[in-house]
Amino acid sequence: MSVENILWEKFNITGRDFKNAGSVSIKIKEILKQVGINSSIVRRVAIATYEAEMNVVMYANKGILNFSLSPEKIEINVEDEGPGIEDIELAMQEGYSTATEEMREMGFGAGMGLPNIKKNADEFEISSEVGKGTKVGIIINLKKET
Amino acid sequence: MEQYYHSIYFDEEKCNGRMRCMRVCPTQAIRIRNGKAKMIEERCIDCGECTTTCPQNAILPLTDSFSELSKFKYNIAIPSPALYAQFGREILPDKVLEGVRKIGFDEAYDVALACGSVSFAIQEYIRDYKGQKPLISNSCPVIVRLIQVKYPELIDLIIPIEPPREIAAREMKKGKSKKLGLKEEEIGAIYLTPCPAKMISIKQPAEGGKSHLDGAISIADVYAPLLSAMEGLNKREYKQSLENICIVGIAWSIAGGICRTLRLKNSLGVSGLSHVIKIFDDVVSGKLKNIDFVEAYACIEGCVGGSLTVENIYISYNKILKLIETLELRKNKACPDIREIRRLYKEDYFFIREKINPRPLKPLAENISDAIKKMKEKDEIYQSLPKIDCGVCGSPTCLAFAEDVVKGEAKISDCILISSEKFLKIKQVSRKGEN
Repeated sequence: MSVENILWEKFNITGRDFKNAGSVSIKIKEILKQVGINSSIVRRVAIATYEAEMNVVMYANKGILNFSLSPEKIEINVEDEGPGIEDIELAMQEGYSTATEEMREMGFGAGMGLPNIKKNADEFEISSEVGKGTKVGIIINLKKET
Repeated sequence: MEQYYHSIYFDEEKCNGRMRCMRVCPTQAIRIRNGKAKMIEERCIDCGECTTTCPQNAILPLTDSFSELSKFKYNIAIPSPALYAQFGREILPDKVLEGVRKIGFDEAYDVALACGSVSFAIQEYIRDYKGQKPLISNSCPVIVRLIQVKYPELIDLIIPIEPPREIAAREMKKGKSKKLGLKEEEIGAIYLTPCPAKMISIKQPAEGGKSHLDGAISIADVYAPLLSAMEGLNKREYKQSLENICIVGIAWSIAGGICRTLRLKNSLGVSGLSHVIKIFDDVVSGKLKNIDFVEAYACIEGCVGGSLTVENIYISYNKILKLIETLELRKNKACPDIREIRRLYKEDYFFIREKINPRPLKPLAENISDAIKKMKEKDEIYQSLPKIDCGVCGSPTCLAFAEDVVKGEAKISDCILISSEKFLKIKQVSRKGEN
């Protein structure tokens, strides 16, 4: 595959920065629209990146979101420096949440973040190290769905 | 390419290229080319921000004039409830409607009752709805355009119920043609509008169908004749009584009015385009799925904030609240019969049959591979720009300029700073500012 039709973007996410939370997913959405990606895929990507971004904002000190786009697929990798997840299987259950009261007050932490990311992705990967951080990777295919 | 109808036009003679319009445009639909403002048709959503900001008055609304009335044998005025907010406290809707008749209409229909019915229909719809949330109101044509152009992924969330002005026009024409023995085409239904945007939903409905309204005259244009027509009116002559003015319906002229009168629990009233855009961004990211209904208006405080009204927005807003209070105190209150509404609802009386078509902006290239290349090119150009969004090139921001260059609509040499000594300094300063 030629490199010239792959687009890379790197976004920094700051932990606890609720004011700007969500801005990365809006930027990615704009890129996808300009490239002409179909709107149902745009919506899936927007939801998945928003949730991934929020996880960093809520739990980690900082994180990096790597975005790449080729004519075949969209790849998003989020790597954070944070507390990590002890029991990934548990964290993947719908409704499970470690959000604080304060976060819930703001409408976050319904325990849908990770399951929602997975639901909107074609491929999903997660790994975590307690005390170090979490990596989440997703792929959304652009080739005609069958 | 499809021709887009717009409810505003730029008067080139008057325009002196001051760029204010370009800066306020929320969809970046304006460029300055050869010293004159130019509209990018596919981007404009007719919000009218530019019309109120132009110091030259060079951006004008395209509403109808009174001469429109001569096309029909029988004319019905359908005033927006915002009209009631334009006058003093002593001038109540019954008098206003009578005044409207006097200035040249055969009949003035109070749309508030239709608004009330549609409120209840929306309530029914929300109750039965099982899909993605929140649902979004469609009475503001700018909001519908905004979704078509910038949020096509939200199209299915727009409530598919005809706005009250359309239902009122449809039913009035049907009823009157029978009663008067006229063809429906011989009856004109004219909206008295607080904003130019209603013209787009009349001339080019988002659903691609045909509007039941035949035109719209601005509230600003009827104001003076109406004031004089209402002088010396005798209450006994009034064709409409205050008891027929529906409270639930009047609330349609202010943001959050539908939510307020329906007492919808999980709903939001949002007004002002920049606020609406924030809410829609949240909807896209799935953040607001616990909200049932978003009532959105492009103008601040809703229709009372329209650019073609006369009275100050906040005064009108308060007058509507006061009017609701006044009417609530009366013994007889007009209110649509909920059982009747449910019956009509089941009979499809309220539904819009056609689907709204998205109008997404053209991507950078036809196929994704080329578009990605262009996107990278755009990024490179952007990196080389001063990033101070001065606008002198004729594009609203450096980013928009980079895109215009990639699309071949501007030349990199249009940036006067890029090659200047001073720019190098500015660049150093702005780089520092970045981190």
